[in-house]
Amino acid sequence: MTDEKCKVVSHDDIGAGYRYLVLEAPRMAAELEPGQFVHVRVPALEPSALRRPFSVFDADDGCVTVLYKTVGRGTAALNAVRPGDTISVLGPLGHGFPMKCEVEALLVGGGYGVAPLHFLARRFVAAAGLPRPRLFIGGRTAADLLAVDRFRQLGVEVTVATNDGSAGVKGLVTDPLDDLLADFRRHGTRFELFACGPDPMLHAVALRATGTGSKGWISMDRHMICGVGACYACIQRTVRGNSRCCIEGPVFAAEDLVW
Amino acid sequence: MVNTKVNLGGLEMATPVATASGTFGYGTEYIGAVDYAKLGAVTAKGIRLEPWPGNAMPRHCEVPGGLVNAIGLQGTGVEQFLSITVPWYREESAATAGRSVPLIANIWGGSVDEYAEVARRLGDAVDAIELNVSCPNVKSGGHTFGQDPAVLAQVVRATRDATRLPLIVKLAPNVPSIAPYVAACEDAGADALSLINTIPAMVIDIERRVPVLANRSGGLSGQGIHPVAVKLVHDAHRATRLPILAMGGVFDARDAIEFLLAGATAVAVGTATFSDPGVVAAVHDGIVDYCIRHGFSSVTELTGNLAE
Ligand SMILES: Cc1cc2nc3c(=O)[nH]c(=O)nc-3n(C[C@H](O)[C@H](O)[C@H](O)COP(=O)(O)OP(=O)(O)OC[C@H]3O[C@@H](n4cnc5c(N)ncnc54)[C@H](O)[C@@H]3O)c2cc1C
Ligand SMILES: Cc1cc2nc3c(=O)[nH]c(=O)nc-3n(C[C@H](O)[C@H](O)[C@H](O)COP(=O)(O)O)c2cc1C
Ligand code: FES
Repeated sequence: MTDEKCKVVSHDDIGAGYRYLVLEAPRMAAELEPGQFVHVRVPALEPSALRRPFSVFDADDGCVTVLYKTVGRGTAALNAVRPGDTISVLGPLGHGFPMKCEVEALLVGGGYGVAPLHFLARRFVAAAGLPRPRLFIGGRTAADLLAVDRFRQLGVEVTVATNDGSAGVKGLVTDPLDDLLADFRRHGTRFELFACGPDPMLHAVALRATGTGSKGWISMDRHMICGVGACYACIQRTVRGNSRCCIEGPVFAAEDLVW
Repeated sequence: MVNTKVNLGGLEMATPVATASGTFGYGTEYIGAVDYAKLGAVTAKGIRLEPWPGNAMPRHCEVPGGLVNAIGLQGTGVEQFLSITVPWYREESAATAGRSVPLIANIWGGSVDEYAEVARRLGDAVDAIELNVSCPNVKSGGHTFGQDPAVLAQVVRATRDATRLPLIVKLAPNVPSIAPYVAACEDAGADALSLINTIPAMVIDIERRVPVLANRSGGLSGQGIHPVAVKLVHDAHRATRLPILAMGGVFDARDAIEFLLAGATAVAVGTATFSDPGVVAAVHDGIVDYCIRHGFSSVTELTGNLAE
């Protein structure tokens, strides 16, 4: 883990409040594992402001990509960052997804939660002996579905669900997922679930992994101060008690989570 | 060459810069991001006899000029601290610093006896003990130990009798005058004082009409509390000859030098590390530069050195 001073390579607005931030971060890019996150100092905020945590969408060729949504004062201030600016990024942080899977890999995501799943998909596709994952992506409307093309470019089969039916299946992402799981059960196909997104989606996915003999890997968001395990602000309840999301997570085994 | 060595009530520090309890985990979490060679001591997160789960979430809220936290002292118990945390810290910190960096254990409890028992069990496994007296005394209806000079003296004396390590008492800022508390610590056998702990604070979510923190209130730290801390360090220094470890909103060398001039022997960096782990090194280097610029050959010459 280092506090790397990173040059901004690009910063593109992709609409609906989402942006890709690409940073030149050779040290971190070489070390990052899917599901880990970085803790970003937002230059336009006062120097004492807390850092903001973001998952890694991609780490490749010395660059780290973050996909973020503007939700409050920190992310709004981050919008002002321009290519060529330098920003301070702490990472790699936390424990990511396990990089081994001998069964079908099903990724389930929503909103910016697709970010760590994209990095995971890239690593799975590139590695020998890992399954080609499938993605189930959900959102309120078509505008909330992010990076679908990027997944398809990797050769990942993408199934879409929206609450309003503006894209894919009308309903929850778990509807098409349950159809496939029923099919898997009929044929005795084994699978693991990898999920990141809003809490209710994660809870629904965790329920489909616990007690079924299948594994689930759930990436949680908790409000953080330090991001390195030093302050105990980011508590996620687990079977072990009060766990720190930033260091014991952000990816937890579904069976360990207490909801 | 500026001599950066200071002595904090028997604790030999190679530099006058420490970390503040609760902001630096158990001393290894920031390895890779903080320059340990610039540190004079590390203060670990608070421990008591048994592991403690802390408060419900949310536990913090960013505010202008600072941070309000109610972590609730989640932490390990003394046995695990001794068997796992301390050996791990010793090995890792020495490897990164190239020398040993003294470890200060921060202890708390629900009763006077608990403080003394934790101190006794620590033996000489750490280099100094800091007493956090800003926690509720379960036996006296939840008032904090640090609120009453007589109770404060009891805790300090009981702990003094249980340890030969340098004993630092960490004072709370929310008292009408610091002098009686300083005197109580000195009379009861403290070797040094540290101040300030966080200032009681509260934030309300006006849309939901509820306190933001699950614990309702918490403690304010960070830049905004620095001038309050400078005044308290100044007042405490006037009231005692005990050395002072000063903390509260140290974000750069200027903040630290203010503390030294107000009467501190050393300073601790807390909240600043969260936004910038480089602050520890910048504070150290800035103090050295200041000494050179002003013709001081030793950092100790700064302590209480106000031109008046
Ligand atoms: C491990 C992890 C990975 C994340 N990955 C991404 C990502 O890939 N893309 C993305 O857009 N967002 C991600 N987030 C959420 C992102 O950190 C928040 O949206 C961001 O911190 C909001 O800051 P703000 O100042 O704009 O919002 P404000 O609401 O003004 O922030 C106030 C405070 O709350 C914190 N906060 C607010 N919302 C969240 C949240 N959902 N999670 C954690 N802290 C929050 C802020 O950090 C800040 O300290 C992730 C969070 C975590 C913990
Ligand atoms: C998240 C957090 C946790 C803290 N935990 C402790 C603790 O366990 N024991 C203690 O004595 N002080 C604790 N403190 C207080 C700090 O050690 C320090 O006294 C205070 O934050 C002022 O310094 P600062 O403004 O540089 O942070 C904590 C402070 C913060 C911000
Ligand atoms: S954010 Fe500090 S321990 Fe997780």
